[in-house]
Amino acid sequence: MRWLALGFAVMSSFACSQTLRIGLAEDPDVLDPTMARTFVGRIVFAGLCDKLLDLDEKLNVVPQLATSYEWSADNKTLTLKLRSGVTFHDGEKFDAAAVKYNLERHKNMQGSNRRGELAVVSSVEVADPSTVRVHLSAPFAPLLAVLTDRAGMMVSPKAAEAAGEKFGAKPVCSGPFRFAERIAQDRIVLERFPNYWDKGKIHFERIVYLPIVDSTVRLANLRSGQLDFIERLAPNDVPNLKSDSRFRIARIVEIGYQGITINTGKGELAQKNPLGKDARVREAFELSLDRDAIVKVAMEGEAQPGNQWVAPSNRYYAKNAPVPKRNVARAKQLLKEAGVPDPSFTLMTPTASDAQRLAQVVQAMAKEAGFDIKIQSTEFATSLNLADKGQFEAYVLAWSGRADPDGNLQTFIACKGPLNTSGYCVPEVDEAIEKARTTLDPASRAKFYDTVAVHVTKDRPIIYLYHRNWLWAHSARLTGLRTVPDGMVRVQGLQMK
Amino acid sequence: MLNYLLQRLATIVPTLFFVSILIFGLQQLLPGDPAIALAGEERDPEVVAFLRAKFHLDEPLPVRYWYWAKGVLHGDLGDSVRIQKPVTELILEKLPVTIQLAAMAIVIALVIGITAGVVSAVKKDTWWDYGANVFALWGLSTPNFWLGILLILFFAVRLGWLPASGYVSPFEDLKANLASMIMPAFVLGNAFAAVLMRHTRSAMLQVLSSDYVRTARAKGLDERVVVLKHALRNALIPVITLGALGLGELLGGAVLTEQVFTIPGFGKLIVDAVFNRDYSVVQGVVLFTATVYITLNLLADLAYFLVNPRMRH
Repeated sequence: MRWLALGFAVMSSFACSQTLRIGLAEDPDVLDPTMARTFVGRIVFAGLCDKLLDLDEKLNVVPQLATSYEWSADNKTLTLKLRSGVTFHDGEKFDAAAVKYNLERHKNMQGSNRRGELAVVSSVEVADPSTVRVHLSAPFAPLLAVLTDRAGMMVSPKAAEAAGEKFGAKPVCSGPFRFAERIAQDRIVLERFPNYWDKGKIHFERIVYLPIVDSTVRLANLRSGQLDFIERLAPNDVPNLKSDSRFRIARIVEIGYQGITINTGKGELAQKNPLGKDARVREAFELSLDRDAIVKVAMEGEAQPGNQWVAPSNRYYAKNAPVPKRNVARAKQLLKEAGVPDPSFTLMTPTASDAQRLAQVVQAMAKEAGFDIKIQSTEFATSLNLADKGQFEAYVLAWSGRADPDGNLQTFIACKGPLNTSGYCVPEVDEAIEKARTTLDPASRAKFYDTVAVHVTKDRPIIYLYHRNWLWAHSARLTGLRTVPDGMVRVQGLQMK
Repeated sequence: MLNYLLQRLATIVPTLFFVSILIFGLQQLLPGDPAIALAGEERDPEVVAFLRAKFHLDEPLPVRYWYWAKGVLHGDLGDSVRIQKPVTELILEKLPVTIQLAAMAIVIALVIGITAGVVSAVKKDTWWDYGANVFALWGLSTPNFWLGILLILFFAVRLGWLPASGYVSPFEDLKANLASMIMPAFVLGNAFAAVLMRHTRSAMLQVLSSDYVRTARAKGLDERVVVLKHALRNALIPVITLGALGLGELLGGAVLTEQVFTIPGFGKLIVDAVFNRDYSVVQGVVLFTATVYITLNLLADLAYFLVNPRMRH
């Protein structure tokens, strides 16, 4: 009898280790790569939908569904060779026609969030079943990085046609796990896809993603053994968890940034506030800030200080514009020269606790140089609306980041960038951004970004402050975790020892 | 009785109409453009324009109200934009969860509240009374989310007896379901128990000092019969009203509790929908809750008839 009980116990622990339980910080939005909008949704996609290309730990573009790629001589055609023997979760074959269907769906579907990313794609040509040619209206270096994200995710054309707008309720892709069920705000369950092309690397039968918004509760679930992995551990929980040998903490510097956007040219407020009107006041503001101290206090040290749209460790970081040191005396002098020794402005801040902490630290630091900052806590959606209308003076805003620097830059800094809430517009900067987009050689691109950095770090439409660490906590038994800076939890290779 | 019932039912229609206007109007006061909130991080202008057209956000308010009201009258509350699911389906999915939570909470509240109220009234000015009062004060002044986190840290992390959060359907595993619901139900019921205790106590004190109770005692009835049969039954009338209204309040209080314990119920549905500006979900859920609230009030009124025979005439 005792042996029987032991047998059951072993079996039940085995069955349990077959399920990977991941705690998410938010509830993902719709699970359709074409329509999806959230960062957290991308984490689920990492288990569900394979992409044409992927990223490695050093942000190099590596094969996934496409085994190789090649640019044409004029850099206007990208030829992708496709992996053979791949099937979608509904048994349909993955081939060049499927790629053409997917890229066209991303581009043409009403309400698609991928349209902007693939705007340069003029047509997609099926050369043979395993070769596809993507024709562009102009050379576009960020395309490869774009194809490592949702725009490169392939869904089953048959299922997409059948489901139409409702595809996201029951997505069919070709990733290592297939969709099983979703209970909104409770769980998303994926089950192993037995015909996955790389099935040797899959060691779980099921993945359950559980959105738990409160970081304390998320951590409590990990500690009580109900979760195996949590994303976005709160920085102040790190010291406590570090001493517990049952768990491990993984950290990666994000590809995004945290910064303060300044209204320099959008609407009336731009010229009314001293910060927007005079570059010297902005310089003084930046000089009043000590990024190391901000990171220490607001982020418990879990971030990398920075002054550009990419982290200093990124290959495209412009070394000609290093992170400035705090200099209160110089800041005071600049304010005197500008004729506003004690400027006052309002800092709009989303209600998230890290943004609030950041605003308070900035307020206290800048006060020493003479700044009088009023913090205006605003609910996130409202703050975005005010920012888009130019109804702000300065705005604490984070960006989750894109693998290619262009994704962190063009949309915010170029004159016609859709998220250019600062109202910044300098033709030389636009030209350099455009050239960096159309040049494929990384070294040449870096030179154009050097030019952009010179302007942006001098004009300061955005004062970049730091790049957060993605903090993951997981059971010490979980191995094979890959820390790729895009913050996605890649399930290939993960196993419970 | 029938007349009264019909009268009450007739008032429900205009009430619901005004409620629907209020829900729709209040939502319009929410700052922030819903199309921008829904368009995600990229806020692609084309997507924003598409969303505006799709949800008639570019049309005048009365027209938008008409679109919504027409759907509601046909039993269609619209679709959630965020997760592409019909609102009716979401409500049906979440409702049992919150009903279970509220029901467990109200049972806990009634058991604790009425017992403590009766004991403190019967044992007035003794340590029993003081103890019950301290409990009531504690219950009223303890914030849900704080108590929730403390319970999680103690019972889930420290002792490992209960799951920290989440929900399991009772049809899947009843034991796991009760284990996951007991902490949130206690947190939710705790504050309400305190309110019930205070009301039971004052009602009981009033009734216990009335003539008929004195008569009952004078007849030599057992004290237990006097308290439970004669006094408590009358004292319960205001408590029942409070209980019915409280159920509505518990549905509201469930918002925070569900958030803390990650229970996928109504409260969480509406909070997330407000933050994501998922208008159809907010409207649908609030309208539904209002309807439930109005119905509960009606049922409370009908319950008077059953409890108090004098009102039947």
